Amino acid sequence: MDQAIVEQTSRSVSRPAGMALSIEQLNAWYGRKQALFDINLTVPPLSVTALIGPSGCGKSTLVRCLNRLHETLPGARVEGRVIANGLDIYGRGIRPMNVRRHIGMVFQQPNPLPTRSIFENVAIGPRLNLGLHGSRLKELVERSLQQAALWEEVKDRLHSPATSLSGGQQQRLCIARALALEPEVLLMDEPCSALDPISTLQVEELITYLKRQYTIVVVTHNMQQAARIADRTAFFLHGHLIEEGETQQLFTHPRKKETEDYISGRFG
Amino acid sequence: MSVPMPTSSSSSSTLQSGESRLHPFLATRSSLNLRRRLVNALVVLFTTLAALFAAGLLIYLLCYVLSQGLRYINLDFFTQLPTPNGEPGGGMGEAFQGSLILIALASLMGVPLGLFTGIYLAEFGRGPFAQGVRFLVDVLNGIPTIIFGLLAWVLIVIPMQSFSGLAGGFALGMIMIPIVTRTSEDVLRLVPRELREASLALGATEARTILQIVLPAARNGIITGVVLAMARVAGETAPLLMTAFGTTFWNTDVTQPMDALPLRIFQFTLSPYQQQVNQAYAGAFVLIVLILLASLAVRLAAGGFKQR
Repeated sequence: MDQAIVEQTSRSVSRPAGMALSIEQLNAWYGRKQALFDINLTVPPLSVTALIGPSGCGKSTLVRCLNRLHETLPGARVEGRVIANGLDIYGRGIRPMNVRRHIGMVFQQPNPLPTRSIFENVAIGPRLNLGLHGSRLKELVERSLQQAALWEEVKDRLHSPATSLSGGQQQRLCIARALALEPEVLLMDEPCSALDPISTLQVEELITYLKRQYTIVVVTHNMQQAARIADRTAFFLHGHLIEEGETQQLFTHPRKKETEDYISGRFG
Repeated sequence: MSVPMPTSSSSSSTLQSGESRLHPFLATRSSLNLRRRLVNALVVLFTTLAALFAAGLLIYLLCYVLSQGLRYINLDFFTQLPTPNGEPGGGMGEAFQGSLILIALASLMGVPLGLFTGIYLAEFGRGPFAQGVRFLVDVLNGIPTIIFGLLAWVLIVIPMQSFSGLAGGFALGMIMIPIVTRTSEDVLRLVPRELREASLALGATEARTILQIVLPAARNGIITGVVLAMARVAGETAPLLMTAFGTTFWNTDVTQPMDALPLRIFQFTLSPYQQQVNQAYAGAFVLIVLILLASLAVRLAAGGFKQR
């Protein structure tokens, strides 16, 4: 692990120090049904921002708007701006593929590519987008697996199918796959909801470790999890952003009544 | 209505004296229940008889074809040409050769066109145009196959002034298109959205996602559809009558008339020579077995796919 950290510090010199996201007047629709209403939210760089709220509140939709994945659903539509390092990802001439290459995503269900090996799952992004191959690709795959705290468990079976891993390992594989593209932002849509408590702990530790290098936005329906890992927390209800702030602040002294009702377990 | 009612009005659950109280599950003997049981028995009887009849017919068909043709299935049957004037011996090798070439030609046309149409419908097709295409493909699937033969006759046989394997392959390819289209659309739709999103989220283009992620995931299902389509056209006779036409000589030239197994069966069945009639039965048996094997292989492959 020490070696991995050394590598990362040397690498982070050449990287921009995280990327801030600024969401401005964002509205999103599924067909005629509006899922998000005038969202304004700033995500500071190199931090963990948690999005909480009951099912159907729009928190997943919001992260899917941050890498332009929402619009790939039939009938889905987005309006508004998401400013990343000074540039609107919904601006003219911006290609969604390039946005997704810099803003990585981890999904709720671990979704490794089932027909491919562990190595291939991590290698596919860099091979496709960075044109890497040979020893440089191998290095990057190893580094990504180390960052995702999976290397020790899989280094002897890199060429077994990805589906031979356990659920928690598959999720860390998906994290490694996202990291292999060296993104600036990592979006995580309920990354632990399909995992057992031990795997959940591992992924949470990983998130805390990764925020030194990445800006992380994590959707969770688990408030304890938000309290454990997030620097800032935003609470959503019926497609509206009700309240956001320092995690500690939001959970101990919520400003809005809806927030208080939700975190005290009165609904949702 | 003479349902034995409980004699005592109390709702006690303790056992009372013998027969006077029947357990509700046992209290079923009434005229109404007799009718229900009769109807039930009749329905079971008739559906079972229908199933037995259908299966029996198929088994009878197989046995009959086998009994008439088995004696004529030997190596010569697959490798020799028909003998002139019903002389003993010979086979229908040119029909096997022709069928293989025709199916290959048909697949060359039907598989890519069908697969690409299926990809279009599953991945890109939205709105009225896609609905129209889907409807037309369904119509195409229901058109009597002789119409495709007519089309090939008009488009290829007449301009070329000759019956040809090419025209036969074209007609069979047209039949394959809707089958391959529908099966590939269906299996592509079964590929989970999460898989596409995994690829999209890595910055892959839509085309790359489909070619490198979605198609491999649907591979087994697509192969199943292709094999079933091949098995289907292997038995087609009508569209070949006016296109490939048939011959009793070896032929690999696709611009010339070409034989096919169902064509040879058709012509030998009408033959005045008993041996050729029996060889037709042998050919029919081989054709049935080949199609059976194809469906069986597909079923096994599909089963293996599910278990994984």
